[in-house]
Amino acid sequence: MKRAVFILLRNPLSVLGLALVGLVVLAAVFADYVAPFPDHKGAVVDFLNFNKAPEWPYLFGTDLVGRDILSRILFAYRISLTLGVVVLALAVPVGVTVGLIAGYIGGRTEFVLMRVTDVFLSIPPLVLAMSMMGLLEPSLTNGMMAVTVMWWPWYARLVYNLTRSEREEGYVLAAEVIGASRLHVMFREILPNCVPSILTKMTIDFGFVILIASSLSFLGLGVQPPTPDLGSMVAEGAKYLPDSWWLTVFPGLAILVVVFGFNLIGDALREILGVEQ
Amino acid sequence: MKPLLQVFEVSKTFDAGGKPVRALDGVSFSVLAGECLAIVGESGSGKSTIANIVLGIYQPTSGALLFQDKELPDVRPLALKQAIQLVQQNPLSSLNPRRSVGASIRLALDVHDIGDRAGRKARVGELLEEVGLPADFAGRSPAALSGGQRQRVAIARALACRSELLVLDEPTSALDVLVQARVLKLLADIRRARRLTYIFITHDLAVVRNIADRVAVFEKGRLVEIAPTADLFANPSHPYTRRLISAVPVTSRREAELRDRLQEPLDADL
Repeated sequence: MKRAVFILLRNPLSVLGLALVGLVVLAAVFADYVAPFPDHKGAVVDFLNFNKAPEWPYLFGTDLVGRDILSRILFAYRISLTLGVVVLALAVPVGVTVGLIAGYIGGRTEFVLMRVTDVFLSIPPLVLAMSMMGLLEPSLTNGMMAVTVMWWPWYARLVYNLTRSEREEGYVLAAEVIGASRLHVMFREILPNCVPSILTKMTIDFGFVILIASSLSFLGLGVQPPTPDLGSMVAEGAKYLPDSWWLTVFPGLAILVVVFGFNLIGDALREILGVEQ
Repeated sequence: MKPLLQVFEVSKTFDAGGKPVRALDGVSFSVLAGECLAIVGESGSGKSTIANIVLGIYQPTSGALLFQDKELPDVRPLALKQAIQLVQQNPLSSLNPRRSVGASIRLALDVHDIGDRAGRKARVGELLEEVGLPADFAGRSPAALSGGQRQRVAIARALACRSELLVLDEPTSALDVLVQARVLKLLADIRRARRLTYIFITHDLAVVRNIADRVAVFEKGRLVEIAPTADLFANPSHPYTRRLISAVPVTSRREAELRDRLQEPLDADL
């Protein structure tokens, strides 16, 4: 534990990552208190102050109906983070289980599971999510579902490869000779040895899930107005570039900050847990 | 003495990229109850294959195995898995790095439902003491142990099953010479105290001389000679055995050293 803190604090980039993510999480959780205009998260119209460049009290400017962009970014973070948690909470257990079973049981089970995984992996992720969203009604829930469906195969692939190499270790043989069940060998013997790699990937992915979800809503396939969302804010503002640059630049930077922050933490975690790339 | 395990005409063919490789060719022998049978041979002689077949990890291509006069089925029930246990060569790999030493030993108690839930923790401590480690090692991770200590834990785990036959697959060859001698002494003591039967696989003839009652010599998948240890060393009848014995020039010095160590009182390598 001490070693972990030391590695973390030694590297200024990890400290930066922690700071960025910490700030974002705090701001999202306490958005109601931190945001200058908490009611601007909804369908509020203030035509006296519309499309204003950054100036006090609108630090990041206002949008086309006069809502404070900073306030909307903070509430959008809340949605992005929830989405990240939900997507990973669904995709990781599914992917891990598929990877463990395929890697440990082998044979026909492995063939079927890994070919299904390959099919999902062979479709460009955004195309897969977009086609799913084309079939479904655009909404936050469906957006999460679409991202989940495209995300689990990466974990299946990762854990499959890890399991394949762990399976050759003596401790697996020892458990088998003792007579432990397959479930025990997979989840109690092999899985704990995969956890560092899974955790590292999850941290880095957290940022990318937010990025992909933002891309979906950029295309109008995710969160629907008036709920604030980073992707749709960028999309709306893009029509008014370069004159009303604050409409796109600040939400865009907001995405950058969160993705960058999680990446930095992921790299630090990789070093702490000794995960090979 | 009664045979505990009988091996009849066992052959094993592996499929190596389309062409079959014969790893064992009609091997027959028996392991008497309470003896230590050493299996020696070079790598590729089939000694590990026969170990894996005895353990039920591989199925023989042909032939049969009888354990306590009953044929061993392809899929072994828990009771048979319990009766035949294994100590592997490399304790660094055979203990799960992410589980405590106690958890690894306890697995055997849980799987075979030995003792009540409350008693198992105490049992793990007793097993650790039996192999010369303090009971409070149970909470440690394998990484915090030395090579000899790890191998002692692996032995404790095998003992936890209350097996009758232990397959020892080069249990000391990953250890340095002094630790090796102590672990061999421990294995000999345990065998006497628990009246166990050992199949001791090794390529180290010095070790064989110290621990084995009989020796089976394997060459290229065939059993070429099986004889009591003293007879085999005094009067090797097969030319391959003779070559094997004479091909270990270092042995005499190392053997003497080992024997000296075995005379010493057992002080655990802590």
